[in-house]
Amino acid sequence: MNDTKKEQSTTHKIGIYLWIWGLLFVLSFFSYMVDWYNFQGLLRWSLILIFMFLKAGLIMAFFMHLFWERYALVNVLLWPMTAIAGFLCLMIAEGKYTVFTRLFYFFTGG
Amino acid sequence: MTDPTLDKLPDGFKGMSSDMGSDQTTFKGVNWGKAMMWIFLLSDTFVFSCFLVAYMKVRASVTEPWPYPSEVFGLEVGGVPVPLLLIAIMTFVLITSSGTMALAVKFGYEKNRKMCGLFVLLTAIGGLTFVGMQAFEWSKLIFHDGVRPWGNPFGAEQFGAFFFMITGFHGTHVSIGVIFLFIFARKVFRGDFDTGRRGYFTTMKSNYVAIEILGLYWHFVDLVWVFIFAFFYLW
Repeated sequence: MNDTKKEQSTTHKIGIYLWIWGLLFVLSFFSYMVDWYNFQGLLRWSLILIFMFLKAGLIMAFFMHLFWERYALVNVLLWPMTAIAGFLCLMIAEGKYTVFTRLFYFFTGG
Repeated sequence: MTDPTLDKLPDGFKGMSSDMGSDQTTFKGVNWGKAMMWIFLLSDTFVFSCFLVAYMKVRASVTEPWPYPSEVFGLEVGGVPVPLLLIAIMTFVLITSSGTMALAVKFGYEKNRKMCGLFVLLTAIGGLTFVGMQAFEWSKLIFHDGVRPWGNPFGAEQFGAFFFMITGFHGTHVSIGVIFLFIFARKVFRGDFDTGRRGYFTTMKSNYVAIEILGLYWHFVDLVWVFIFAFFYLW
């Protein structure tokens, strides 16, 4: 019984890899279509982000085996990445401030 | 993996707190080399994030229009301009090589020497194709379009610096990965992982877990490309 559990934790059926592989192809095709049909504005950004996160999630969960890892490893990896997302939000605000000050002083002449 | 006591440990967040508070080993059942590869990949994530966040911040704060990637990276096929054609092919090549690597890891765990070696070799060839196409893309932008790190004919001057820095750093990762893939394809075919032959530099016994560790690196390279493709080429 112990042996079957051991098997499960290290090797998986080939079908799951082929499925994920296929999904990655389809998602990449969709994200290319976003550019092909030249979607603009909020629709473009949201579609790009959705396909990006789906692809990244599939790669990390199944190709990198995180789905089958213990929470100790998963959490050590995912929380610092969440912190990066927080940093990104700070820099979006900073970027808006910079472009505002630039435009303001370019036009008022400092 | 090799730890028979693993099944007796609690799962989920309860398991996490008991693993973190336990003696000697935090990452139960994880080979130390694999844990170290994950730590390295996490630090590499920080480096790539710094580049991408800096790029985003600069792109958001320039007053000149940013070059439109759809046109800059477009190619003409029979006189018809196709947007992002080369980048799309590069993306598919890299995903294909990621898939073959996942299969190589699977066959490695089944100790299927020939199939594992074959798929590692296919992955290496896929990576080489990617680097080749990137070299073509770079030479087109440098020699044909005249893009430089300090300026370009399309718009905001910072474009070139970020393009060469980000795709160059990623391309370096791919190139290093390709070198290691060829080395490990040779090691697999030679049967190092079946006989437990000692490594030349490390003098440690070879184990198929090395293929999984190499696979983690390769999937990470693909993972970074997902973000570069979204933020640099599509945005």
